[in-house]
Amino acid sequence: MADDMKIRATMQGDVADVKILMNHIMETGLRKDPKTDKFIPAHFINEVVVTLNGKPVVQAQWGYAISKNPFLGFRVKGAKAGDKIAVSTVDNLGGKMQGEAVVA
Amino acid sequence: MNQLRRTFLKSAGSLGAVAVAVGAGLLRPGQVFAAAWNKVAFTATNVTEAMKEAGYGGAADSKDILIKVPEIAENGALVPVEVTSKIAGTTNIAIFVDQNQNPMIADFEIGNGTEGFIVTRIKMNKTSLVRIGVKAGGKAYTASKEVKVTVGGCGG
Amino acid sequence: MKRKLTYLLAGLLLLSGFAAQATPEKDYKALLKHYKELFPKVKPADYIYGSLALSADAKSQYDTIMEFPPFTMDMEEGAKIWETPFKNGKNFASCFPNKGKNAAGKYPYFDDKAGRVVTFENALNACLKANDEPELKYGSREMGLLSAHAKSLSNGSKVDVKVKGAGALAAYEKGKQYYYERRGQLNFACSTCHIDNAGKRTRSEELSMLIGQASHFPVFRDGTTLVTLQTRFRQCANNTRMAKLEFDSEEYNNLEYFMTYMSNGMKMITPVFRK
Repeated sequence: MADDMKIRATMQGDVADVKILMNHIMETGLRKDPKTDKFIPAHFINEVVVTLNGKPVVQAQWGYAISKNPFLGFRVKGAKAGDKIAVSTVDNLGGKMQGEAVVA
Repeated sequence: MNQLRRTFLKSAGSLGAVAVAVGAGLLRPGQVFAAAWNKVAFTATNVTEAMKEAGYGGAADSKDILIKVPEIAENGALVPVEVTSKIAGTTNIAIFVDQNQNPMIADFEIGNGTEGFIVTRIKMNKTSLVRIGVKAGGKAYTASKEVKVTVGGCGG
Repeated sequence: MKRKLTYLLAGLLLLSGFAAQATPEKDYKALLKHYKELFPKVKPADYIYGSLALSADAKSQYDTIMEFPPFTMDMEEGAKIWETPFKNGKNFASCFPNKGKNAAGKYPYFDDKAGRVVTFENALNACLKANDEPELKYGSREMGLLSAHAKSLSNGSKVDVKVKGAGALAAYEKGKQYYYERRGQLNFACSTCHIDNAGKRTRSEELSMLIGQASHFPVFRDGTTLVTLQTRFRQCANNTRMAKLEFDSEEYNNLEYFMTYMSNGMKMITPVFRK
């Protein structure tokens, strides 16, 4: 199995540039399975919490229309190399994913 | 049934993520600043209602919200969106797509040094305005840009 | 200018597989001249981007997506297949010079002994066979991921396909003929779209050019759907209502040989995002 997510966090001046790629199907619930002609149930991340050294920097609520294998990029001022980024996600079926990275 | 599902979604959503974060020692209770998953806003079928339910009702037009989106989306399933809010004290950036079945795409609450800047990739059903909502200082602002979506299928 | 183009198109038609004195080199030069006239503002090195090279808006989306592509996790699966040792302790790297680095640009080549074109995927399967491992199915996700990773080891190097000897030339000519020959319910040839009408729109799509068309496969269409070159042949066949041929068929292998030759000198970038 591939990792839950990939995180790249690098300092650019005094700003940490954070890029996260999550491994998730992001099924809309609007697509029909061509074989059964039934709708494929919705399955998508609907909550994302990102912390820097334990402090929340982004907390997102998502619908199903974030693309498959979601990408999230943002910048945190005042961060420094060695700071710890932690990401937690929950999807609409209760599935959870986590990832961690150190700002480089 | 519907009510059951709503309750389930609620608990699986925000509270679940918070529980994970708290459990991992990343967050102390009280530090969390977002509410439970806003099902009413996310399931609204028109953009005005979605924006109202998400707290962006009556948002003022702003030139300090910069939106970078394609003119013509290469693929409606993967449309890059980059938003910069130059409005001081920005606490939230939200994305809406008028012509999606459910126009509300995402709401990002930011804090603790995070700049007014979010990049993500979204799904678009057809040509539509991409509408951005920003909350700052208890007020709501908005700006929008059109993205054309063609029915692809022969590219390469 | 218009007349010049007409002459050129007439010339290309002559080249369509039948002119006895044509050589692969001459074919390539004529084609390059044609595209330079069609796209005076596009650098030939950018033909690897296909129709993306014709639109700054499209290319900018490609660049943004390639910064952290949605298929990053898929590619890890490909790397794992490549690295996992065989039962005898060897691995794929042991089958290629320089452990596979910059090895893919020489494929396909013509094997005189076997009397056939050998694609890079054929070489991966030959490696499995030589090590008593079960071969992978052409067109399968495993083969696609494996070849995507194995080819990525050649990124930055250049396509360098050789056509030497009577057998090789015959295979090249057959591939070329397949590219230029009209077939299917719409009576299209590959060349109808990608040579005569390159850069024009059909439905909502801009048509890519033959040069650079084979230097970046497999691709991930819509970001996560793996498509190999021969899968793409089959998709094109569907779009133009031609009969689909089998993976690894002689026709498709010859076609791949011809098309990859036409990408000679192009920088390899595998895999990439396509819409």
